[in-house]
Amino acid sequence: MHANAPASAMPERLKPAPGGRAVKLAAAGVTKHFWIDGAAEPVVALSDVSLQVAEGEFLCIVGPSGCGKTTFLNIVAGLLPFDRGRIEIGGREVDGPGRDRAVVFQQSSLLPWRNTLDNVLYGMQLHRRFSPEEMRDRARRYIDLVGLRGFERHYPAELSGGMQQRVNLARALATDPEILLMDEPFAALDAQTREFMQAELLRIWQKAGKTVIFVTHQIDEAAYLADRVVVFGTRPGRLKAEFDVPFARPRGLELKRAPEFLALLDRVWRLIEEEAARAGLYATAAEDRP
Amino acid sequence: MSVARPLSTAPSRTMTPRAEADAAAPAAETTPEPPTATFWQRHDGLIVGGVAVVVVLALWQAAWSAGMIDPLFFSGPSAIFARLWRGLFVEGDMVRHIVFSAENFAGGFAIAAALGVPLGLVLGWYRLPRLALEPFISSLYSTPRIVFVPLIIMWFGLGLGSKIVIVALSAFFPILLNVMSGVRTTDAQLLRAARAYCATEWDLFRTVVLPSTVPFIIVGLRQGVALGLIGVVVGEFFAGSFGIGYLVGQAATMFQTDLLFACVVIVAAVGIGASVALQRVEKHFQRWRPKA
Repeated sequence: MHANAPASAMPERLKPAPGGRAVKLAAAGVTKHFWIDGAAEPVVALSDVSLQVAEGEFLCIVGPSGCGKTTFLNIVAGLLPFDRGRIEIGGREVDGPGRDRAVVFQQSSLLPWRNTLDNVLYGMQLHRRFSPEEMRDRARRYIDLVGLRGFERHYPAELSGGMQQRVNLARALATDPEILLMDEPFAALDAQTREFMQAELLRIWQKAGKTVIFVTHQIDEAAYLADRVVVFGTRPGRLKAEFDVPFARPRGLELKRAPEFLALLDRVWRLIEEEAARAGLYATAAEDRP
Repeated sequence: MSVARPLSTAPSRTMTPRAEADAAAPAAETTPEPPTATFWQRHDGLIVGGVAVVVVLALWQAAWSAGMIDPLFFSGPSAIFARLWRGLFVEGDMVRHIVFSAENFAGGFAIAAALGVPLGLVLGWYRLPRLALEPFISSLYSTPRIVFVPLIIMWFGLGLGSKIVIVALSAFFPILLNVMSGVRTTDAQLLRAARAYCATEWDLFRTVVLPSTVPFIIVGLRQGVALGLIGVVVGEFFAGSFGIGYLVGQAATMFQTDLLFACVVIVAAVGIGASVALQRVEKHFQRWRPKA
């Protein structure tokens, strides 16, 4: 648990990442303020966040709403400027969107006038990395991988929410990113679809072998998917704790009912509860009694 | 209909392969007939609307035949149709007026579209030029354009030129304003996603802004047609000695109500025709919208 590492240049960058693998992403002392209209002081959305992600690692960020987890992801995506700190991906500093990253958003964010195939092609067309033939091949390959063969000509409005997120995932993977950034991609899905999509994501991730940063507010989702779960705290948004998730892969959905899984959830939950109570978002049962 | 059926079963097919297999087994025994729309369901709008029009025309014609309508101030369907037939095919006295009006309208509308669509795209996308031009646009838009007609006639004379300018001025603003608001209501999430994939400004414009503005462009063009038609009639009515608008004025001063109504029928037909044509274009661009 190394919460609140000092914002000194980048000492941690040289340390090996968890598991002894090479560091893919290193964030050091990332700080971000938001100004709200009429307020005298800025809101500290992120305070001094330092973390590292190893090559091929599946990292989940959880935390109560307002903890800055999505802000952090948007900063890593290069969509938001930040005030202090430094982020490197594969040794290169992040200063805007890049071809080394691909984002899967919570909202479907598919072009409604493009069918599945053309939406999957879209990311690659914007990246301008592959030839037209390669783009076709890759699009077909990743549409197969996410299980959407036969739906190439369907428009987003003709697909269910889960299928739309599959298209989003295929679009992101087809660009061959070094890091896949996922911002609560299953939050808008119904509970059952979400479970199946989690298992699907693990299957696809194991085949595609990408580094993933996955933001969610669901602790069981995080613990099921991740190699490591990072807990963000709120007011100010900051890194509070991290948990290694030791369960063997491949993981089936039955893992979610295993006692050791539930014990891990309990530990994470207690930390978040404590955090929420401290921030005044939630009153503990004891405080509630007259 | 063949499109809708596979879609309704699609989600379960990929989400839960086992559930689908279970559901398929009993379904094989008693496969329900696919629902087919009856002739009535497919054409109810056309049937009801058509019957209503025929009934109204029949009542009008009956009143006209019974002599209940004063031909000095009103007319009847048969008389209007006879005048239209004569004007178009027998004497042909209306044809040159129609051609003149059509030229005015086509020229003016083309100018309005050629200026309004690109300018609307630019002003919708870029803030500074929009802020600079907004006071002029909103004051010109809220002024009835008819007050400019005498001025335009002063500048461009009584002939074709002034009419084209009047049509262009009438059709320009609805096109401009609709395109502008179309650009400005572009889904911010789509822009964000495109930016995350390193889209350039031109990429954003080409792949997100322009396609999402198409419905607004078409609405603008349709309003432009309606106001342009008003412009052409008003312009010819004001001055000159040609065109449908001029003919309407002449018919009224000479109490030729059948000729007047024949002109109304022609203008209405052009308006409806243009509107239907643009609806077709819109449908073509909206194939991706669910049919609900």
